[in-house]
Amino acid sequence: MTRQFSRRKFIFGTVGTAAAAAAARLAAKVSGESLLQGNAPRPHGPHSDAVAGPVGTVDHARNGFHPVELLTDFDYGDRVYEENGRTVREYDLVAFDKEIELVPGVFFPAWTFNGRVPGPTIRCTEGDLLRINFTNAGTHPHTIHFHGIHPAAMDGVPISPNMVNMPRDLTGPGMLQPGESFTYEFDAEPFGCHLYHCHAIPLKRHIHKGLYGMFIIDPKEGRPPANELVMVMNAFDTNFDNANEVYAANTIGFAYMDDPIPVRVGELVRVYLMNIVEFDLINSFHLHATFFDYYDHGTTLEPTLRTVDTIIQAQGQRGILEFRYKHPGMYMFHAHISEFTELGWMGMFHVTEGDETVSHDNHRNHGS
Amino acid sequence: MTTTETTDLKRDKLRLPLWLLALLPLAALAITLIIFLTTNPVSIFTAEAPPIEDLQVQRVELDDAGILVSVINNGPDPVTIAQVLVDDAYWNFSVAGGSTLDRLDTAGIRIAYPWVEGEAHEILLLSSTGVTFPVEIPVAIATPTADGRQLLSYALLGVYIGIVPVTLGLLWYPVIRQTDRRWMNFFLALTVGLLVFLAVDTLFEALEIAATVPGAFQGQPLVILVTLLTFLGIVAVGSNRRQRDSMLFLAYLIALGIGFHNLGEGLAVGAAFALGEVSLGTFLVVGFTLHNITEGIGIAAPVARQRPALYHFVLLALLAGGPAIVGTWIGGFAFDPLLAAIFLSIGAGAILQVVYEVARLVVRSSQRDGVPALSWTNIAGLVAGIAIMYLTALLVA
Repeated sequence: MTRQFSRRKFIFGTVGTAAAAAAARLAAKVSGESLLQGNAPRPHGPHSDAVAGPVGTVDHARNGFHPVELLTDFDYGDRVYEENGRTVREYDLVAFDKEIELVPGVFFPAWTFNGRVPGPTIRCTEGDLLRINFTNAGTHPHTIHFHGIHPAAMDGVPISPNMVNMPRDLTGPGMLQPGESFTYEFDAEPFGCHLYHCHAIPLKRHIHKGLYGMFIIDPKEGRPPANELVMVMNAFDTNFDNANEVYAANTIGFAYMDDPIPVRVGELVRVYLMNIVEFDLINSFHLHATFFDYYDHGTTLEPTLRTVDTIIQAQGQRGILEFRYKHPGMYMFHAHISEFTELGWMGMFHVTEGDETVSHDNHRNHGS
Repeated sequence: MTTTETTDLKRDKLRLPLWLLALLPLAALAITLIIFLTTNPVSIFTAEAPPIEDLQVQRVELDDAGILVSVINNGPDPVTIAQVLVDDAYWNFSVAGGSTLDRLDTAGIRIAYPWVEGEAHEILLLSSTGVTFPVEIPVAIATPTADGRQLLSYALLGVYIGIVPVTLGLLWYPVIRQTDRRWMNFFLALTVGLLVFLAVDTLFEALEIAATVPGAFQGQPLVILVTLLTFLGIVAVGSNRRQRDSMLFLAYLIALGIGFHNLGEGLAVGAAFALGEVSLGTFLVVGFTLHNITEGIGIAAPVARQRPALYHFVLLALLAGGPAIVGTWIGGFAFDPLLAAIFLSIGAGAILQVVYEVARLVVRSSQRDGVPALSWTNIAGLVAGIAIMYLTALLVA
């Protein structure tokens, strides 16, 4: 910015440059300081009683979901049945508009799947047949696009007008208008930690308004029992200037600072982690005081990275973390992007001594 | 004849009391408003529209307890300050009197933030609907507190930019006194030139400050109107005084107008130091001192043919230069854009009035000498006055 030495303008002096600041400090040293500032160094700002973080508490009941419950809320299907010797899992997903409190007192006009952000964590086993009954009860056209292996007609992408002559079996139904329904049907493959999201245009808006969720396909042989947690790293642009004001894991900023996640010393913790922030190129996850193995995309049974404490994920990237805590205590986890951290994406594990077999029995991937 | 009388009588009988007639349009207005608000014909435009939120920052203060941001709700709807971000981080804060502000409510937001001296900070006020209001701190420096030592320091700045140059300018009085009568007209025309520049400058300064006043107060129209009313008011007050005293009286009026102008310069310097722009402030003090030295000539010129007692010169210097001290105090400790704009408008009106008075003096004096009012001498004086002010203003522009 340029600086104008207008005596009228600078009264409100909101324009500043580092050079001017430096010049001001220099000038203060040689002339004005003794006059106006005194010679002794002045304390400035509080150091002991400065408190970071938001003020107040979020009304989770009003939101209709609690971030602690989202961690372990795996959805194995609204209807599960056998068909030609295969397990069929049927899910009902409804898109509708809903206001959500993101940090205390700040409300966001979200677009949701089933009234929550992130949407339900769809969980199944490799080889299952999935039927996703999607109804658009919102005010804008929507789709569901699953990351996975499936026919083009089930890909949930919009059809642009210049694709009008393209056969529908190659494009699918395109965007579903408010009031319309469609059933996406496909096989669950490959196993891994995936995601689904609305692919309607304008894409950025449809994603950052909240239309996304995690999609876990367990390998046939399963994974070792563990305390399993879902963390969807997301962010919200509350003033619609294409930059985010709130960052979080599972929507509510600072949620796991208020409600630390209980973990036992020595138990295996498995975090299904995905990044769905808009506007920022990457997000990251950093764990305090222990190290983890990382399975990028979750599509392998062997870790793709061993013994790390920080990973980065691009938009839409995801993976599985596995770790154990050696010592009891409170341990932070957060994006190692300080800006995101201080804008809400931070939390705590509360690690206690105890019988690790008491550990959460949420690895029920054969559940009915 | 009889018919007319009866109609008149009838009309008299039907005539309602005057006060009732006066209230009639108001009653009709009230009914219209009630109908408008109950039927709400504009609902068609606002079906799903979010409220209009407009918070305006009035003042930012930095001290040992952190940051204090004073805001006013300049919009039509209530605003709730839900969260506060400092440098892209959520911070605890408290709002005296609650965080929901109705229209034109003001509030002080206290943030316990460890600000860094000499560095920049940015605060974002996040409303309940997710709207953000940025607050810039270009250079963080402790806001001066109005203790004796600080008041004295700021007063000294005011002395430098106000009293010192005006006094030095008045020292030209003997020179003006001893010049030829024709040169007297030149000096009066020069005074008009100086004052025209100051009037324009003060008016624009008032308008620029008024632009930052919350919209509801209609800052810029207010500036024009206050200027106009001040001008007319002083003309009315000054119109029936005696000729003998009028020259000295005129000198006092000029000093008063210049005083208001110097108040504005004091505001600028005081605000610069308070915002930590010490180098800019130092630069301005020197500039204004040089710029203002010609103001003394303008005050002295009308009394060149009289011999006022010395105490008059002391009073004139205090009247013209003293307000700069008040200006540095207001600018440094309690800057309020609305008040500043009003002060400067009064100043602009007062200066315009003395422009009018001195110009009349030039015209009368020229007529007495049998030369046209727009003689080359007078025009040269006018241009010289404007040029001197313009060129010395380059020192602070």
